[in-house]
Amino acid sequence: MALLELRNVSKIYHLGGEEIRALDDVSLDLEQGEFVSIIGPSGSGKSTLMHILGCLDTPTRGNVTLAGTEIARASARELAKVRNRTIGFVFQFFNLLPKLNVLQNVELPMIYAGIGGRERRARAEKALEMVELTHRLKNRPNQLSGGQQQRVAIARALVNNPKILLADEPTGNLDTHTGELILALFRRLAGEGRTVILVTHNPEIAAVTPRRIEIRNGRIAQQVDAKLAGLDRVGAGSGSAPSSSP
Amino acid sequence: MNLLNAILIGLKEVWAHKFRSLLTLFGVVLGVASLVGMSAIIKGMENGMRESMIAMGGADKVLLQRQAVPAYQEHLADQAPGRTLVDVMALKEGAPLLKVVSPEMAVPDVIVSRGERRASPEECVGVWPEVLDMNLHTVEHGRFFNAVDEEKAHSVCVIGTGIRDSLFGDPDEVGREIIPIGETIQINGQPFTIVGMFSHYASEQDLKARALRKRAGAEGAKVEPKKSRGWGRKGGWAFWRKNNTLYIPLNTAWVRFRMAGDTDGIPDPRLSDIDLKVRSMEQMELALQQAKNVLLVTHRGIEDFTFQTQENQVQSINQQIRNARLSGGIIAGISLLVGGIGIMNIMLASINERVREIGTCKALGATGVDVFIQIIVESMVLSLIGAVAGLAASLLIVDVLAFLAPTGNTPVITWEAQVVAVVFSGTVGVVAGFLPAVKAARLEPIQALRYE
Repeated sequence: MALLELRNVSKIYHLGGEEIRALDDVSLDLEQGEFVSIIGPSGSGKSTLMHILGCLDTPTRGNVTLAGTEIARASARELAKVRNRTIGFVFQFFNLLPKLNVLQNVELPMIYAGIGGRERRARAEKALEMVELTHRLKNRPNQLSGGQQQRVAIARALVNNPKILLADEPTGNLDTHTGELILALFRRLAGEGRTVILVTHNPEIAAVTPRRIEIRNGRIAQQVDAKLAGLDRVGAGSGSAPSSSP
Repeated sequence: MNLLNAILIGLKEVWAHKFRSLLTLFGVVLGVASLVGMSAIIKGMENGMRESMIAMGGADKVLLQRQAVPAYQEHLADQAPGRTLVDVMALKEGAPLLKVVSPEMAVPDVIVSRGERRASPEECVGVWPEVLDMNLHTVEHGRFFNAVDEEKAHSVCVIGTGIRDSLFGDPDEVGREIIPIGETIQINGQPFTIVGMFSHYASEQDLKARALRKRAGAEGAKVEPKKSRGWGRKGGWAFWRKNNTLYIPLNTAWVRFRMAGDTDGIPDPRLSDIDLKVRSMEQMELALQQAKNVLLVTHRGIEDFTFQTQENQVQSINQQIRNARLSGGIIAGISLLVGGIGIMNIMLASINERVREIGTCKALGATGVDVFIQIIVESMVLSLIGAVAGLAASLLIVDVLAFLAPTGNTPVITWEAQVVAVVFSGTVGVVAGFLPAVKAARLEPIQALRYE
């Protein structure tokens, strides 16, 4: 069984009496250790899909199973717990809390998990070691560069050891070089057995992932999987060997 | 969610918006300060009133007063005997529920002199030793009158410190305490020997001020001139009056000032006052009935007297205090309410600014309850900082008021008022934070992420 399964998922909004299908009957499987990008122009339903994958939202119809647990009809409290333990978020604007220092920002998810102070500190330091920021523990986010802020955010996303890392335009606010470093970090994490989902509108960035899912009008328009196509080389050109679409 | 962390984040939030927080806190600061300050003033008033009450003889003192005869006895009016020593003897024998019966024979329009110095005592009365119990006097120097002084109508007197101050010099001016025992003074031209002097009566505040001056003097500072502050007489009216007392034996008053001075050929045997004290406050009514029965016999049924208890006064003091408390409480309550509204307003604004932050926390796994607690704690932190600042401000206010207040009635800050103020403003914080906290807890995590 896949780590994350979406079966016939639809999300319908009502805007002024008009029905908007942000997601229309989407089915999708994500395996452990996969490095996936979700790509699509704005308004395509990409964000909605990301919200559902990230348990930030529940679908109107269909089932979502995360590590064998049904998510679609979970309570807000259960969803919060799933987000806390199983999913790590990385945002375009980093979303660090401005009044907390680097260490406190990284400790935040563990506070919600109810982990004691000493362990929190040890684990936060370990996570920051991984992103090579141990020398900035007491700095405020606004004292860091964009790349450093994003690395803090990644440390924060990883500190509860989640199975899935969900990154929303993680390089959108970074220069090319820093962006590449961040992407390399994601690749490494995927190699370590974590599922990394990269949401972006930029095909060049999506190109670094072996599997690419393109969303248009609330449906999966195209899926590319380099592994299935025998092109195991990461970063291979896009557009080769289109595979199954639902 | 760790409460300590919530408080820490709350403090940071307050610190991050220093000026805004300060303005918001101002309402709570004023509320707490006015609550504590008000209750301090009221407590001061209460203390002042009670002190005065005791200075005037305490709550159990009953005055036997003269009264015009009732209408149905109009024809007997000229036979009304008035209050005399006969009544006093009868009460002592016939009314066992009375503890003290103290007759007074006032000498009107008295001028006391010694050499060039003069004094006009507030009261110059002939009394029995019972008066000490009645008016709560303490003879600090010398002695009081004895049976021989009374029997022989000796020309002796016991004075209050106020008269000593006028005739011999105020310790504050002279720099040392003069004890004029054995000195002779003239009362309306007749020589009297001072055999005793009462202690100096003063309110708590005056005693403190005096001790302070004394210490300053001991340290070598120059003796300060007598200070008079505001309009009131030094130490409050009740104390001033008590210090300006001059007592002579009752028989002396009669022999020296009454027997010869009469209007229509007969010396006036009537007393100017008879004061009573009952054995216990519970038996007040019974005792007064007993006294009335006795007096109706000595007055041959003519009701030319009435009793005036201090009960009315106690009641009016209590009423005044209650009123002051109520109005003070209402004012403080309104200030705190306004402060609470300020806090709610600022918390709502703060949440609108932090929608994305809250959304991030929710994405990271914060539950609605976590967010709710966070906002409530922040609101409480605000209000409690305000409360602490308010307590500090109240100290200042009370100092200023103590300086401005004319006499006595020094405001007293009570810890009860402080506790009530802090608890109340904490509650205001929770109540004010409730609506914003609910609002924050209900934010959808995606809405929060989308918000720009």
